Amino acid sequence: MGMTISQKILAHHAGREHVEAGELLNCKVDVILGNDVTAPAAIAECNRLGREHGYARDSIVLVPDHFTPNKDIKSAEQAKILRDFARQQGIQNYFEIGQMGIEHCLLPEQGLVAPGDLIIGADSHTCTYGALGAFATGVGSTDMAAAMATGEAWFKVPESIKFIYYGQAPRWVGGKDFILHAIGDIGVDGARYMSMEFTGEAIRSLSMDNRFSMANMAIEAGGKNGIIAADDITLAYIEDRVKRPYHIYQSDDDAVYARTIEYDVSKLEPVVAFPHLPENTRPVSQVGEVWLDQVVIGSCTNGRIEDLQAAAEILKGQRVYSGLRLIILPGTQTIYLEALRRGYMETFIEAGAAVSTPTCGPCLGGHMGILAKGEKALATTNRNFVGRMGHPESEVYLSNPAVAAASAIKGRITPPWEVL
Amino acid sequence: MKFTGHVYKFGSNIDTDAIIPARYLNTFDPAELARHCMEDANPDFPSKVKAGDIIVADKNFGCGSSREHAPIAIKGAGVACVVADSFARIFYRNAINIGLPILESPEAATAIQEGDEIEVDLETGQIKNLRSGEVYQATPFPEFMQRIIARGGLIDYVKGSE
Ligand code: SF4
Repeated sequence: MGMTISQKILAHHAGREHVEAGELLNCKVDVILGNDVTAPAAIAECNRLGREHGYARDSIVLVPDHFTPNKDIKSAEQAKILRDFARQQGIQNYFEIGQMGIEHCLLPEQGLVAPGDLIIGADSHTCTYGALGAFATGVGSTDMAAAMATGEAWFKVPESIKFIYYGQAPRWVGGKDFILHAIGDIGVDGARYMSMEFTGEAIRSLSMDNRFSMANMAIEAGGKNGIIAADDITLAYIEDRVKRPYHIYQSDDDAVYARTIEYDVSKLEPVVAFPHLPENTRPVSQVGEVWLDQVVIGSCTNGRIEDLQAAAEILKGQRVYSGLRLIILPGTQTIYLEALRRGYMETFIEAGAAVSTPTCGPCLGGHMGILAKGEKALATTNRNFVGRMGHPESEVYLSNPAVAAASAIKGRITPPWEVL
Repeated sequence: MKFTGHVYKFGSNIDTDAIIPARYLNTFDPAELARHCMEDANPDFPSKVKAGDIIVADKNFGCGSSREHAPIAIKGAGVACVVADSFARIFYRNAINIGLPILESPEAATAIQEGDEIEVDLETGQIKNLRSGEVYQATPFPEFMQRIIARGGLIDYVKGSE
């Protein structure tokens, strides 16, 4: 019986020829990621193991991105635990404020993740790296600690759902809409414990930035990982970034899937998810009248250069709706600089937006744009749970960057074609 | 291991932001996290919950972020065990890794009501409703996970296996 890409990557890292769904494996991991929320607990656990030596030093990546630049004394102390640990252990891949970015934008950009890798991160959106043809999944701090100490982690081999996207996507419809549409279809636990494999002609012609947005939200359907087989677009992206050997896997023709689901993307519109679950999706033309207090463009889902480009094209020469707050957070310093060079920052500021240094910030209700009771926001982020961006009685809607930018101009959720 | 406890009932898709909102994630101290445990889902929960109480929920409990603060907050609040129709993957892993007992039983999740007293047997996976006398069978853990739980979590398991 054939294997899926996900199964092949797990088998390889367990030193096995063949594995079957449901098996428990102990695997070597290539990358172990932690941030300022999850790594402090992992470091404490590691210390409890008494591992002054033997950390999987070269695999560890530490990014303080959630509450940084430090929002208060407690978060400053959490970030300091990372910094001190990185210094003491000589961890190369620690990214200080000023060189950093939101972890899932930063790692691919820096060439730290590659096709065929097995990656764990103490952050649920670690699944983002599946866009490169890697097996990447989120774990907790204790798993991170054990992996830092041993270089290994345990996995249950997942079954896969195959999503085939065919047809040509209309203008303003991209990776974010593909994945929101799928989540709306199968629900927030539709892929629980499973691998989501994205294939088809519409994926093969999709840019890396759009692929990252898709794989990023696999967790929002309960998926263990999201994965897209590496192709020429992937290779062009990693060419000047990845400096170590990597391996390209394809699923076997006779691989077994729990389900196969097909979507004709030519029929899609930009998708909006209503509060309080990403599965509450509607095409943008059927949203009705939803007035907004805030729009956020950024995050590990849509904080990349193409996302800012889409927003800038719409905001060029326009003004943010009076009384609405538009907050734009570039994903990394490199993206920030590129946006500056291309003139997007000028466009944003002239339109009346607030632009911030890279940070998770309001995405998880941390800082830099928290909602008051009763307020409504549209965000290009990935979660709209109760209280996600602030007060438990505030509301978050999710969309792609073009819809977000158009909505910031009109003050209510608006399709991009209404402002151009 | 057997527990008897008073039930707090929750619905489907209780996410980790509901279990412990991100605004409290600037610490990982169990006692401090426990003070805000489940507060966005049930504001009275942190003040009312007592040591030995049991959470019963519908499907996909613990979906969302990978924060281990979620099972830590629940354990810190004194909750003995969580029974659900199903758990989100990362929460499931984290609960085992920190030694918070969890059991999957759709039957139990449907039948058990807020305020019931239930008896949970971790070894057999049997859940007994002391109000109705009904018994539900939960999926037992794979042996590998039982060993992790028996050692008191993953770190002690790793320590012990060296
Ligand atoms: S941007 Fe949001 S979803 Fe992404 S890592 Fe940061 S908090 Fe998590």
